[in-house]
Amino acid sequence: MEGIDKKFPGVQALSKCRFDLRAGEVHALVGENGAGKSTLMKILTGVYSKDNGKIFYKGKEVNILSPKMAQELGISMIHQEFNLIPHLTVAQNIFIGREIRKGIGFILDEKEINKRTEEILKNMNLNVDPCTKVMNLTVAKQQMVEIAKALSYNSEVLIMDEPTGALTESEIEELFRIINQLRQKGVGIVYITHRMEEIKKIADRVTVLRDGQYIGTADVKDISIDQIIKMMVGREIYETSQISTSDNDEREIVLEVKNLKRGNVIKDVSFKLRKGEILGIAGLMGAGRTEVARAIFGADPLDSGEIYVKGKRVHIKSPKDAISHGIGYLSEDRKRYGLVLDMDVELNIVLASLERFKGLLGWVKRDKTKSESQMRVDELKIKTPSLQQKVKFLSGGNQQKVVIAKWLTQDSDILIFDEPTRGIDVGAKNEIYKLLNELTRRGKSIIMISSELPEILRMSHRIIVMCEGRVTGELSAAEATEERIMYYATKRE
Amino acid sequence: MKSIFASNATQKVLAFGSLIVLFIFFSIASPNFFQFNNIISIMLSTAIIGILAVGVTFVIISGGIDLSIGTVMTFSSVIAGVFVTFWKMPIWLGVLGGLIAGTLCGFISGVVIAKLKIPAFIATLGMMMITKGLSLVISDTKPIYFTEAPGFSDISMGSFLNSIIGGLEVPNAVVIFFVVSIIASLILNKTILGRYNFAIGSNEEATRLSGINVDAWKIVIHAMCGLFCGIAGILMASRLNSAQPALGQGYELEAIAAVVIGGTSLSGGEGSILGTVIGSLLMSVLTNGLRILSVKQEWQMVVIGIVVIMAVFADIARRRKQ
Repeated sequence: MEGIDKKFPGVQALSKCRFDLRAGEVHALVGENGAGKSTLMKILTGVYSKDNGKIFYKGKEVNILSPKMAQELGISMIHQEFNLIPHLTVAQNIFIGREIRKGIGFILDEKEINKRTEEILKNMNLNVDPCTKVMNLTVAKQQMVEIAKALSYNSEVLIMDEPTGALTESEIEELFRIINQLRQKGVGIVYITHRMEEIKKIADRVTVLRDGQYIGTADVKDISIDQIIKMMVGREIYETSQISTSDNDEREIVLEVKNLKRGNVIKDVSFKLRKGEILGIAGLMGAGRTEVARAIFGADPLDSGEIYVKGKRVHIKSPKDAISHGIGYLSEDRKRYGLVLDMDVELNIVLASLERFKGLLGWVKRDKTKSESQMRVDELKIKTPSLQQKVKFLSGGNQQKVVIAKWLTQDSDILIFDEPTRGIDVGAKNEIYKLLNELTRRGKSIIMISSELPEILRMSHRIIVMCEGRVTGELSAAEATEERIMYYATKRE
Repeated sequence: MKSIFASNATQKVLAFGSLIVLFIFFSIASPNFFQFNNIISIMLSTAIIGILAVGVTFVIISGGIDLSIGTVMTFSSVIAGVFVTFWKMPIWLGVLGGLIAGTLCGFISGVVIAKLKIPAFIATLGMMMITKGLSLVISDTKPIYFTEAPGFSDISMGSFLNSIIGGLEVPNAVVIFFVVSIIASLILNKTILGRYNFAIGSNEEATRLSGINVDAWKIVIHAMCGLFCGIAGILMASRLNSAQPALGQGYELEAIAAVVIGGTSLSGGEGSILGTVIGSLLMSVLTNGLRILSVKQEWQMVVIGIVVIMAVFADIARRRKQ
């Protein structure tokens, strides 16, 4: 790909970008959020059209106009957002668009696709029934099905956009095994990721993009992670060190939950949160961490259990109750639960606290909402052309900041962050970490749910580990290690 | 098979159960209910709404809606009237004309929705008004009678079953309804069209990214719905032996209600023809039974309204439990 330009309304997404891929290599594509990685690859797969530039495939110039055309050429992409159809079965999903037919030509042959799917899945060591509906699978299994789908095209170019985001360690190993297999078969793989350690593990070469521009390409063996990060952000970054809190027992307990129970997802959860503390909740997928957060926030009903805020027993029946007790919840799925994507930055920031800006007869005081949200934008360094920019056009990191701004405006003292840096690149991650530390300095208390162990270890003052709906262990920052957390995270009853 | 049962089977069983219960109730409540003639009359009134409902089931599963089905049906019958009565053409040409008119209306709706990106609700609301207006213009607001084409009323009201098996006097309209439903069910479950129909309703963007021409399939789905309206229109005209240009509005909502009672999700991605057939029967049985019990027509409407809301609530409650 050479000299690729792409403009979106208000943003030059790509300018003079280039990228090349050899057969049988894993080529990592990295860059901060909004650097244009996904956009570049979506142009290659015909999802977006390019404004300028040329694409050569096997030496010949091609013009890729649609996803279907890309697939026919042998270029497949596993998208970051799930691209499966929930109501169809695994087999139907894998074969969508090229259903095997029998008879007069438009009757579907269900048996045949189930049989072939079974072979594909067996090849991947994936234990899934081809007839299960995708909506009934776990996120991790869905991800693997998505990969199976791309593999089934026998593609010569396979693009993976953050494929490990939802996978557990063992599933990542499995994925890497498959990637290695493909590499040996001569498949070229583009690997978009935010996880630096994965580049070292799996990639042959790495290309860095920044602000829609090509920065450079290097062999992975010749370059250090620090150098890559430097190329990405254009400056050296230092990870914020946590405040050491050897003696936090004296601080006020702002939130305590006792014996929370809900169906078979939350079996027995108790813990305390102190003022100015970051409490990390670690665990594997399906451990019930998000469910606990949602229950505390009143989004799902509890069967039993007690919640105390600042020593007082409270009854939280809805998010409204939780908010009035100063609890804020930042969902792992920002786009679905955290933001109103089609509304502008200003409205999103003041949305939860509009009551405060209400005048006579519910008239919204625009001057006040404007100055308040402008203050938050400056404070959190939200990169946006204006307050009137629709949130959907911001990058992941900036969207996350808008959510944080929303809860700050609401004056929440207890903030529950569910995967605060999912889908956010290294540079922006660091800013989010700084922000977390800054918040605790101001006396806010934070519960941070995260699947990334380095993040949990780096940021938490205290860590509780969950497994299958129970708290299986509690570790102080000093005693926590990856091994210990994994021990508790797999400690089943 | 398991996955089929896990999905919307509960709603279907519920609807079917209610149908049986209503049947038994009305049979006990009135001796006139469980009579061959009355059953046939129920079937006959189901046929037209039922075919509309089957057509719009495809659209609803794809995540869309079609409000024009009632008036497109009328438009088709008027076109058939124009061919047969005004232009003195043979009956088969009239039928063909009606079917083509319906399909064309659906096709245009589909293009407006898929290509011009007009929301389905608005696009088909427009089509509803257009076809209603055109029907009145073409017919000069007067019914078109088929008195000069004696065979025309046999399409609906004749009984070829009777000529094959003596004594089984089931009107053709009822037979056509069941045949059409079976074909529709096969299309939905066994063909590529049906598969994409579900896929688009379940996750349109993912379907597009799978290399499927979503716009084209949406147009096909709407055109097919139009064809079903055309069939309903012919049956309607034949049954009344006339094309009534003022009729038709309101049918769309009854048909959509039948679809929903049958367990098809208005948000798309799930549903079945069998459910829709049961839903249509349920509504006819209810209307017919209430009439036989001499409940006033005004109150019949109230009851049906409540039933629709209850059916949707049952569906939502079931989903929440999952």
